[in-house]
Amino acid sequence: MSLLSKIRETVLCLKAGRVTLPYPAEPRPVPPRFRGRPIFDAAKCIGCAGCANNCPAREILVHDVCQELRIIQYLGRRCTFCGRCADVCPEKAVTMSHDFETATNAIADLSQRLELFMSTCQRCGRCFPEPSPLERLKLKGYRFDDVASERWIFHSKGYLDAESTVADIRIDLD
Amino acid sequence: MIKQLCRKMFRKSLWVYHANSGGCNGCDIEVLNVLTPYYDAERFGIKLVGSPRHADVMLCQGPAMRPTAAALRRAYEAMPEPKLVFAIGSCACGGGIWHDSYNVLGPVEKVIPVNYYIPGCPPRPEAILYGVALALGLVEKKMCPVTLQRRRLPIPRYHPESLVGTGIEIVYKDAEKV
Repeated sequence: MSLLSKIRETVLCLKAGRVTLPYPAEPRPVPPRFRGRPIFDAAKCIGCAGCANNCPAREILVHDVCQELRIIQYLGRRCTFCGRCADVCPEKAVTMSHDFETATNAIADLSQRLELFMSTCQRCGRCFPEPSPLERLKLKGYRFDDVASERWIFHSKGYLDAESTVADIRIDLD
Repeated sequence: MIKQLCRKMFRKSLWVYHANSGGCNGCDIEVLNVLTPYYDAERFGIKLVGSPRHADVMLCQGPAMRPTAAALRRAYEAMPEPKLVFAIGSCACGGGIWHDSYNVLGPVEKVIPVNYYIPGCPPRPEAILYGVALALGLVEKKMCPVTLQRRRLPIPRYHPESLVGTGIEIVYKDAEKV
């Protein structure tokens, strides 16, 4: 009885054949609707910061250096590849690629940075003045994220903290 | 350099310890999927062990949380040298989507040093295998930071402070001025 069951198991295993994929040696295609790493296109981007305002993980930072220069930085550390940036982009400048082989040994490798020219009004030729900290609270278009320390600044704050929002908890280790 | 070091130090089988410090179990399922015959990580000599004292590699899932940070640190210190730490998933790499929650301290690299990052929510089993193969030196790294500059001006730049009313067309030649 026991021997018979062993033989049956052997036959079953032999019938199944080899199922292991030769993955790292050969490429493995992804399903067509797979969402991989988002790719930002500087030529199409109009700098509306819709992706930054809709990112649930707050991984896209916008910093207005001056009137004409806007920096959009995608950090990608905690990106969940939800594809909302690609959904809201009016110019289809963000596309979700099929790129899943994103393992690195440095987390900064995942970042993408756009330095965009933002033009002034050609009709009146007027540049808008720099908003005061109080006026920044009301403005929806202006963003002053902290690109240097890779931090998203909340809208309700008109000033920059020295400490990060998540680093203010001290860890006591034994 | 770190790849050379890995190749030298981890010449034989890697025994991995699977630490979840507050994840949602999505990455755990993908890690266990890697160990199934379909993806079969054991052909690289990878074996799952139940104790950090037997392990060479720690697979971290989930962010560093306030209750589990000390335990994660202790598990890391219990591992014998040399040791590698993989951060698997968005939570372990960058703190996850609830990075600003009251109980989340952030990425696991705030508590323990991390050698390799595998982003994804959850990463595909292939992505995890790719990360392991990257650590073993079987494949090449494909990522690097990207900067895209669109400084070439499509229209002439307007500076009101340098405006001189001459009555004829004004040409702005100083395009580099910001």
